Amino acid sequence: MDKKGKFGIHGGQYIPETLMNAVIELEKAYDYYKNDPEFNRELSELFNEYAGRPSRLYFAKKMTEDLGGAKIYLKREDLNHTGAHKINNVLGQTLLAKKMGKTRVIAETGAGQHGVATATAAALFGMECEIFMGEEDTKRQALNVYKMRLLGAKVHAVSSGTATLKDAVSETMREWTARIDDTHYVLGSVMGPHPFPTIVRDFQSVISKEIKEQCLEKEGRLPDAVLACVGGGSNAIGAFYHFIGDEGVRLIGCEAAGRGIDTFETAATISTGKLGIFHGMKSYFCQDEYGQIAPVYSISAGLDYPGVGPEHAYLHDIGRAEYVAITDEEAVNAFEYLSKIEGIIPAIESSHAVAHAMKIAPEMSKEQIIVINISGRGDKDCAAIARYRGENIAE
Amino acid sequence: MKTAEAFENKKAFISFITCGDPNLETTAELLVTMEKNGVDLIELGIPFSDPVAEGLVIQAANIRALASGTTTDKIFDMVRSVRPKLSIPLVFMTYANVVFSYGTERFVKTAAEIGVNGLILPDVPFEEKEEFSCVCDKYGLDLISLIAPTSEDRISMIAKEAKGFVYCVSSLGVTGQRNNITTDIESMAAKVHENTTIPAAVGFGISTPEQAADIAKKCDGIIIGSAIVKIIAEHGSGSAPYVAEFTKSISNAVKSI
Repeated sequence: MDKKGKFGIHGGQYIPETLMNAVIELEKAYDYYKNDPEFNRELSELFNEYAGRPSRLYFAKKMTEDLGGAKIYLKREDLNHTGAHKINNVLGQTLLAKKMGKTRVIAETGAGQHGVATATAAALFGMECEIFMGEEDTKRQALNVYKMRLLGAKVHAVSSGTATLKDAVSETMREWTARIDDTHYVLGSVMGPHPFPTIVRDFQSVISKEIKEQCLEKEGRLPDAVLACVGGGSNAIGAFYHFIGDEGVRLIGCEAAGRGIDTFETAATISTGKLGIFHGMKSYFCQDEYGQIAPVYSISAGLDYPGVGPEHAYLHDIGRAEYVAITDEEAVNAFEYLSKIEGIIPAIESSHAVAHAMKIAPEMSKEQIIVINISGRGDKDCAAIARYRGENIAE
Repeated sequence: MKTAEAFENKKAFISFITCGDPNLETTAELLVTMEKNGVDLIELGIPFSDPVAEGLVIQAANIRALASGTTTDKIFDMVRSVRPKLSIPLVFMTYANVVFSYGTERFVKTAAEIGVNGLILPDVPFEEKEEFSCVCDKYGLDLISLIAPTSEDRISMIAKEAKGFVYCVSSLGVTGQRNNITTDIESMAAKVHENTTIPAAVGFGISTPEQAADIAKKCDGIIIGSAIVKIIAEHGSGSAPYVAEFTKSISNAVKSI
């Protein structure tokens, strides 16, 4: 990666001039604090004492036996405080914002997990917090809206565009250009302008650092494949990062195909998108022939994004990571499967990775090892999945 | 023709409209109307699905334009046919992806052929301009640089490489009307002039003849978008007389100082 935050041809800083000094200030602060022992001590203490790290690497014995192939381990990011991997990045960025003298944080959210995590950290650090969430998503994830308010955040329902995650990102960027001095934008995924893709990846890379240590300890060797779902791609890059140099480890990102990659109702960016420039970065985006960003669809609000982080675009280009598309139906089946077989209800986002493991594990040998990153827990999804199956329950 | 011609011997009044709002026939009519009523340069907005630098008024115009089936090719056709009726400079204003996805070279070459003189990309800052500016230079289009109230130490770097005119963003936030503009416009323009001979025009938030005259005193030209787009939102394809009246009032205010 060069100085301007490029991953191959991807990345960069395609943002209004108004924000340039803010991202430059952020980059400088991050470059300083990432090597500051005190910052790192405080962050590890927050990870361990507050978020509950390290998260477990759990051997899914029944799932392994049932599928009859590779040994399956689940990286339990769902057991983190606030129920997903999002807290890793949020604690890092909020601590950084505090060090930079910021008193207010703003963030976008899709499923609400990043919004809840940001509201949580803001409560902990005594900072003002405003969350932007697509109006459509506030309906799909009403419980998370309540949680954010409970934690003291103000939640804005964004009604522009498709009223989902991409519109929430646009609106948070607009808000940041209006109020920069005291405000840090806690971007929730490995996307946006440099330095966000790098900062978020570094804070999430604790996931692969732990997987590596835990797998070596339990199995005495590295896994053969690491699977994670990809929307913007933060849990996936976190789960992949420390394995990028280990060529024997297959890295597989599972995108949301929605109703199928041959339909318009999909959010599988790498499978169906093309190179473009949007939300501060050059990467792959679902778009039409004139560059208009496509209204994407997935049952999962957290994967319902028309782009993908620039480092994933690069890992795809160089063939280091593989990206597959998983349909709503496959993800819902996996959601139900993991719940029944292991007593673990995964987030519908993470269920996309579980679904792909169900496809490949039976074809692998019993000596091989798969790690699935269970990026979040599925409590938030129960009502929506019940509705998908035709059962109308109240949350 | 060069964009700088709009500033020759006068304070420039620059207007913005979104092409295809509510349809391209109206856009063509409005271009002629605005020139007749004292506009010195027109920014033609090419609609984008997700215009992050825009406030609600221009966001809504983008949605209306796309809903009416407006595409980059149809805009090129409209400009090609109306250009002979216009003598003032024209610039396109759109987002990086519209140009990039069309093929930057193909876009810029076509724009130059149909008589467009410049290009404004609000999501392409100094650090990323190279891939667009080298193509614009090749075909003689001015890639307009923006500076903002937060630019501070970046102004000299940006101004030194600026082409056409420097677009000074008057306020933090997105496009749209503001009751008062608190940025020190005079010192912003002065910093631009210390580093370049090209003019400095100020936009974002200007909506009345009084504001226009006041800001124009402090720089080389003013840019008005949302206030015009709002008139079009209200009157649709019958906007021309209302836009004529409004642009005349702004032009008179700017020219009287």
